Amino acid sequence: MTIPSFPDAAPLDGLIGGALIGLAAAIMLLALGRIAGVSGIAAKAAGLGGSGMDRIGAWAFVIGLPLGALAVMLARGGLEPAFAGPVPLIVAGLLVGFGTRLGSGCTSGHGVCGISRLSGRSIAATITFMAAGIATVALMNMLGWEVLQ
Amino acid sequence: MKTLFSLISGLLFGAGLTIGGMTEPARVRGFLDLFGDWDPTLAFVMGGALVVMAIAWRIVPGMARPIFEDDFHVPTKSELTPKLIGGAVLFGVGWGIAGLCPGPGFAALAIEPAGAAIFVVSMLVGMALLRLTEGKA
Repeated sequence: MTIPSFPDAAPLDGLIGGALIGLAAAIMLLALGRIAGVSGIAAKAAGLGGSGMDRIGAWAFVIGLPLGALAVMLARGGLEPAFAGPVPLIVAGLLVGFGTRLGSGCTSGHGVCGISRLSGRSIAATITFMAAGIATVALMNMLGWEVLQ
Repeated sequence: MKTLFSLISGLLFGAGLTIGGMTEPARVRGFLDLFGDWDPTLAFVMGGALVVMAIAWRIVPGMARPIFEDDFHVPTKSELTPKLIGGAVLFGVGWGIAGLCPGPGFAALAIEPAGAAIFVVSMLVGMALLRLTEGKA
């Protein structure tokens, strides 16, 4: 399935993948009573504050992420996405780690779990990080900086 | 049982991110490239996730407690603070630079291990730096 104006978009895969993410977050909420916010759970697993869940549970969730990705790769064949080089990855990682903890969440906690319960803080955070991301990409394109290799 | 369900949640989350193309930085940056060659896929991912989670939130009030816990632990803060907005700005800049946020960073460890590991370790260092500035290290 494609959208006429956007031939590269993958709307059906997007919806299916999104529904699975929603299901994952729903299990975390209904079974364990917690927000499936990846930055908070990762901080908990690393012993850096974060989610109030127990640390073994945080590890189990974090380990599940690449295992889930691996299962999809095995089922669908290999993916070889282009990544940024080491320096932009380090800069981006530092900003993402510092910023998500300062701002109490990322795309999952604010973007999925927060917006779906109409949290004002999460809506404001999501609008803000999307605007910052859009501005960053626009600026990098203006400067002709091709980051993905 | 709690640990098992955390693992299942992580597995489904990682699988969903991968199917939705969110472990491909070009797709994520394509979504953020609103003024260029825009790729709306991320909007479909968020839309799919939001529909399912909106239903889950409607189930919560009818439950006395979560299936495996004594209480729901849901954020209660409501005020917009400089920390919230400043943190979101920094996160958004990092997200735009590499096209990765925390979930896809971990999931991509299975797809592009070297690059994802650099990102994940740097992210954890960033989290530790915030702890230092807050005097909690």
